[in-house]
Amino acid sequence: MQYIPNILFLIVLVAGIGYFTKNIRKIIRNIKLGREADTSGNKSERWGNVVRIALGQSKMVVRPIAGLMHFVVYVGFVIINIEVLEIIIDGLFGTHRIFSFLGGFYDFLIASFEILALLVFIAVIIFWLRRNVQRIKRFLSPEMEGWPKNDGNLILYFEMVLMTLFIVLNAADLQLQNIGAEHYSRAGSFPVSQYLLPLLDGLSESTLIIIERAAWWLHIIGILIFLNYLYYSKHLHIILAFPNVYFGKLTTPGKFKNLESVTKEVKLMMDPNVDPFAAPPEGADAAEAPAKFGASDVMDLTTTQLLNAYTCTECGRCTSECPANQTGKKLSPRKIMMDTRDRLQEVGANIDANGSFQDDGKQLLGDYISTEELWACTTCNACVEACPVSIDPLSIIMDMRQYLVMEQSAAPTELNVTMTNIENNSAPWPFNQMDRANWIKE
Amino acid sequence: MSEVIKVPTMAEFMAQGKNPEVLFWVGCAGSFDDRAKKISKAFAKLLNNAGVEFAVLGTEEGCSGDPAKRAGNEFLFQMQAMMNIQVLNGYEIKKIVTTCPHCFNTLKNEYPELGGTYEVMHHTQFLKSLLNEGRLKVEGGKFKGKRITFHDPCYLGRANNEYEAPRDLLRKLEVELVEMKRCKSRGLCCGAGGAQMFKEPENGDKDINIERTEEALETKPDVIAAGCPFCNTMMTDGVKGKEKEDSIEVMDVAEMIAAAADL
Ligand code: SF4
Ligand code: SF4
Repeated sequence: MQYIPNILFLIVLVAGIGYFTKNIRKIIRNIKLGREADTSGNKSERWGNVVRIALGQSKMVVRPIAGLMHFVVYVGFVIINIEVLEIIIDGLFGTHRIFSFLGGFYDFLIASFEILALLVFIAVIIFWLRRNVQRIKRFLSPEMEGWPKNDGNLILYFEMVLMTLFIVLNAADLQLQNIGAEHYSRAGSFPVSQYLLPLLDGLSESTLIIIERAAWWLHIIGILIFLNYLYYSKHLHIILAFPNVYFGKLTTPGKFKNLESVTKEVKLMMDPNVDPFAAPPEGADAAEAPAKFGASDVMDLTTTQLLNAYTCTECGRCTSECPANQTGKKLSPRKIMMDTRDRLQEVGANIDANGSFQDDGKQLLGDYISTEELWACTTCNACVEACPVSIDPLSIIMDMRQYLVMEQSAAPTELNVTMTNIENNSAPWPFNQMDRANWIKE
Repeated sequence: MSEVIKVPTMAEFMAQGKNPEVLFWVGCAGSFDDRAKKISKAFAKLLNNAGVEFAVLGTEEGCSGDPAKRAGNEFLFQMQAMMNIQVLNGYEIKKIVTTCPHCFNTLKNEYPELGGTYEVMHHTQFLKSLLNEGRLKVEGGKFKGKRITFHDPCYLGRANNEYEAPRDLLRKLEVELVEMKRCKSRGLCCGAGGAQMFKEPENGDKDINIERTEEALETKPDVIAAGCPFCNTMMTDGVKGKEKEDSIEVMDVAEMIAAAADL
């Protein structure tokens, strides 16, 4: 009978981690629906970005207040997780503070966890105030209504509850140590939770144990629930930010990729040795399905772009720097990312239900992202520059424009005129190429 | 206005069996747009003044393809690029300077994969190098002590990480350089990029160039300095929209240097 808690804990742990793994697998499967991404380039440069941008949060601090508080929560989260390791071992083996043999260093660790927990708690409160009381503009865009708004708050509540449980757990433990309860040997130093002791004063040992155990169980179950919540939440970025930054664009932001499929055709067209009326060559080339230009659905995007979509934290830094959005246009680069993710999730659910993707009569273009949004972009790269986790909303906009123009000839009329001019006179305006040097003599 | 500026073409250089030091890529705006032609002229004068042997392609130049590419027409872009590359490679061009950040970006970054690899510079970068070599003198003249704010072109700044060359030149003009609230890597677009120049904006509550002009006006400038013919148009329209064209000029950095030297 005495092992029941341990076994129970093992079951909860395996179930929690197992379900999480299952969902992560789904994400990987969905991302792989995309076209192959260009992941060439210097590996050490990529790792450098991970260290600087993801680990070092270099882009977060562009906005100092949010950046600093995010840093506190991030560091707190990472470090307090060391304590979760101890919690898991204690849970499995019924030990009490297994790492306490570290002595003074252990005291130091526990003390820093407590201080960090307090700081995280305060930062999370401020975050909550920014969203709900100060109502910062970038959290209020239309795409943030409903679930995204609740998601943002839920994450904060999770953290508040987890931090509180952690401190209560320590306070009860400390009180048990103080009254010399069996099993609760002296270990740790408790600079924050000691202030809760008066609240526990006079409680019997058995009540204290109930409080300590309840806090302990709720805390670890809370962590497992939170872990599984990630899949349904923008909070997924705490994991995906790292691979996403690794796969981020290395070339200068102004360089847009050249479509190789187009290069081939243009070269053929311009090669005087090619007979334009010749029958297409037999064999491999002929069998190749004609490539679709640009993107109308998530499968046409690259794996990196799909990873981008899952990584987006919905922070809205991109949107708040977007010239189109700031002047009231419908375009919001954050929405581009959220739409891509939501459509990808829909496609994933379709695959789960049918074994393979069955046409659902929907696509990213039109059903999620409108042409009005796409044509409002000035390709200014402000969104790319602003994103703290190296997401490139502009590349998705460009791919979808390519689809509109090259597959559907659906550019706005004025742009069609512009392009005809370029084609005919090699200038976007109706001037003759032969007049190109006239400015010199005017 | 019909002062004659010396602007030889590549064909003329070829005929003499010579090679210029640099090719001046004028771009469509610089060739055809009335406002931008003045920038081309000012820059050509500066080149002549600094004794730079340069040439233009003249009627052999074609649109770089940037507007087509940003509009999503990769076919048209690559056609333009390859035609231009044929001409450029035919003349064995090594070094290109252009007054248009869009041409600059496209030629520099998107042409190499298509077979056109050149050293490409924005005119502010090139002017700065002339300054460093002591070939170009930049002095305050009529701009000395004037309040100037510089609007970063997206395709020079964010796209290619060049923020200092134009500012260094302006500082040499002994102006009082004031920055807008959003500048450098966080600079706000003028609204022309991504082929927006050639279409009406989508519905919204404001035009982007007005938003940007308002921000520029907040700095109380005498001159809004630009480094792109399209930004120049956008900001000029914005200043007109705010009925400030009598007190505030929008000028290209090259025009300012030329004007300061009374060229
Ligand atoms: S690149 Fe397009 S979407 Fe991104 S900030 Fe600029 S205008 Fe907005
Ligand atoms: S794309 Fe980047 S900047 Fe924009 S909301 Fe997502 S995480 Fe934030």
